[in-house]
Amino acid sequence: MSKNSKRKASLYGTATVATLALGLTACGGGSGGSGASSGTWDKSATVNIGSLYEPQNLDNTAGGGQGVTEALNGNVYEGLFKLTDDGKVDDLLAEDHEVSKDGLTYTFTLRDGVKFHSGKELTSADVKYSLEKVLADDSQSARKSNLEVVKDIATPDAKTVEVTLSKKSISFVYNLSYVWIINSEAKNLKTTEDGTGPYKLAKWTRGSALSLDRFAGYWGDAAANKKVVYHYYKDATALNNALLTNAVDVVTSEQSPDALEQFKSNRNYKVNDGDSTTKLLLAFNDKAKPFTDVKVRRAVSAAIDDKKLLDSVWGGYGKLIGSMVPPTDPWYEDLTDVNAYDVTKAKKLLSEAGYAKGFSFTLDTPNYDPHPTAATFIKSQLAQVGITVKINTITPDEWYTKVYKNRDFTATLQEHVNDRDLVWYGNPDFYWGYDDKQVTRWVEQAEEASTTDEQTDLLKKVNRRTAEDAASDWLYLYPQIVVASSKLSGYPLNGLNSQFYAYDIKKKG
Amino acid sequence: MGRYLLRRLAFLLVSLALASVVLFVLLRLLPGDPANALTSVGASPEQIAAARHSIGSDRPLPEQFTHWLGQLASGDLGTSFVSSLPVGPEVSARLNVTVPLTLAAFVLAVVVAVPVGFVAAYKRRTWYGALLSGISQLGIAVPVFWLGMILIAVFALNAGWLPSGGFPQDGWAAPADAIRSLVLPVVTIALVMGASLIRYVRSATLDVLGSDYLRTARALGASFPRAMWRHGLRNASVPVISVLGIELASTLLGAVVVESVFALPGLGSLLATGIAQHDYPVVQGVLFVSTLAVLLIGFAADLVQRIIDPRLRGRLSGGAR
Repeated sequence: MSKNSKRKASLYGTATVATLALGLTACGGGSGGSGASSGTWDKSATVNIGSLYEPQNLDNTAGGGQGVTEALNGNVYEGLFKLTDDGKVDDLLAEDHEVSKDGLTYTFTLRDGVKFHSGKELTSADVKYSLEKVLADDSQSARKSNLEVVKDIATPDAKTVEVTLSKKSISFVYNLSYVWIINSEAKNLKTTEDGTGPYKLAKWTRGSALSLDRFAGYWGDAAANKKVVYHYYKDATALNNALLTNAVDVVTSEQSPDALEQFKSNRNYKVNDGDSTTKLLLAFNDKAKPFTDVKVRRAVSAAIDDKKLLDSVWGGYGKLIGSMVPPTDPWYEDLTDVNAYDVTKAKKLLSEAGYAKGFSFTLDTPNYDPHPTAATFIKSQLAQVGITVKINTITPDEWYTKVYKNRDFTATLQEHVNDRDLVWYGNPDFYWGYDDKQVTRWVEQAEEASTTDEQTDLLKKVNRRTAEDAASDWLYLYPQIVVASSKLSGYPLNGLNSQFYAYDIKKKG
Repeated sequence: MGRYLLRRLAFLLVSLALASVVLFVLLRLLPGDPANALTSVGASPEQIAAARHSIGSDRPLPEQFTHWLGQLASGDLGTSFVSSLPVGPEVSARLNVTVPLTLAAFVLAVVVAVPVGFVAAYKRRTWYGALLSGISQLGIAVPVFWLGMILIAVFALNAGWLPSGGFPQDGWAAPADAIRSLVLPVVTIALVMGASLIRYVRSATLDVLGSDYLRTARALGASFPRAMWRHGLRNASVPVISVLGIELASTLLGAVVVESVFALPGLGSLLATGIAQHDYPVVQGVLFVSTLAVLLIGFAADLVQRIIDPRLRGRLSGGAR
């Protein structure tokens, strides 16, 4: 029971941070898939997918949560662009696009023969409508703030969309990969859909399942299976049992490391170890003493043995990261050596900062896994350098109000799920209060860069600077573990918490 | 009896009204703002205000309350803040799982516990009488989620006879599948409920066995079965029925644990999700319907007791059981 209630809290927390914190819907995987096995497969198969992330509603601009992205993104709704597994952006509904010399006007040409599930043909008016829906006042899209550079949307003809930006934004096309193109005449989007994807919604039973049927009028290659059903569970054990009894064929994101052994040792299953973008952070309030002092932050970072923590929480899975950047972001660099575990160095830094006898601080700890475990671990590690940690356990709701909104904290633990979220260190108003004028400038320049190389170079600088400043302590990167029946192939591996392209999944009869 | 029914009905309505006030107010006292669930972080104060306005949580509490009552009066449980789906159909969909689950478990528990409890009392001096009461004692001590997990491990994971959890997406449209998915949860609840019922039946029977009237009946020449049938069972069943009412009501409300172990989309899981999201209409709807059910069960138990025991008919009605 306690495990179950923890799971509930965890789901809520994940969803909260997913939508609120980073302004980027977690994502990034492609349809790459597990080593597509040869041989025949059943083209009329039903694929049963088990998940812990049930949609709140079916509208991703109205608080649908990460569950709606997982089920509908790419499957039911498509964007102008699609993000591939290695973080590249591919054309999807946009056949082609041009950028004006000043980098402010984007002209998109739409693909021919695209139909919505209702039968209506896709036109530029639908694209304009969909973009405006994300930007609307009542939109809760996590992407809204990134797209606010949009100044004007014109539709010179049915096939062409012209978007003018108020300033250059190198991430614009990448951000568009998160914007669903929706029929402008569709109604009741919280409970129904009208997209252009390879599947149409068959039935959504709240609290239980959501099923998708192959769409006969799809413009591209038809889905490799006839039907997919997302089955929703609140409890990781119940979900694993469903996999063991073949009630589901695949689990989108395994959250229970203890359960992995039973699948690893069984030939009927495959355990896939992918890269996630979810980072566990010990976030300092960089505006609150003593964490205003970079030496204190570095000392704390060096005093915690991240490897040991990761091993105790996830066994052999997951990765150490030395910064906010996961390997799937284009500006990744291995910075684990910066502020690596070194107790002697930590003690030296502390005495330099005037805390030779240590100090004590309160750690606001969300009440769901893995935060309480990590907090206890941190407490014992920091005790060795004379720092006393007072653990204050709070609910996700309290975290949101106390820490995120009111900044009323000294240090906190939190998971940050999104890709490309390093840029938040450029915003001195973000909850952790990191304020470095140079970093802010680099982040701005990166967004206004003319080439992605230029952007990448600048963000690498940001990466290194924030790591050296120990702006936060990045404890570890979560693993992304997809466990599937060995009859299955073609499922996404790095589906990164919030999406799960199902159309390439092949099931042997 | 007619006046009693009227009084009892009035009592039911008053209780329901009081309960609705209490749950409405308590819900508002919980920390947290439903607008949090409806806005993304970085939402401006205007956006948060707009969200509050759209769900009506910016209106004064008395106004919200009367609005809700007005909806209730017309049989409408409102609309979920989060999903925008009407609460009424959602609650009834969940009842399609929770009610069969609870009733089947209840019937199974009664069918097993009544004879077992009787035997445990009547044969208390034999080894199997002692064994039966020992087992029931053990059954009371077992946590329901643990029992559920054991049954899953044995009958679903190892034997593969039954599903480990879940409910067909089409519900009762596929009756065989629906029944299959309810077997293990029903057995889980029935075992735990049955164990405590055995204890009650046993002690009620013991009271009767030691009673003067039974001894008198036997002394006047009635056989034991006849004396038991004419006098004993009737007397033993009065306390048992009130326990049954309480058990049924608490199972209905306590099904949330079993529902989560078996991943059933029942009323309990709807309530849990609703609370986590501050989805007031959902929480209010679920609690209101459960309150109604509990009151009705209490009413029914009372009525049955009065039919069985004429002495109770003279008692002032309306009081708590």
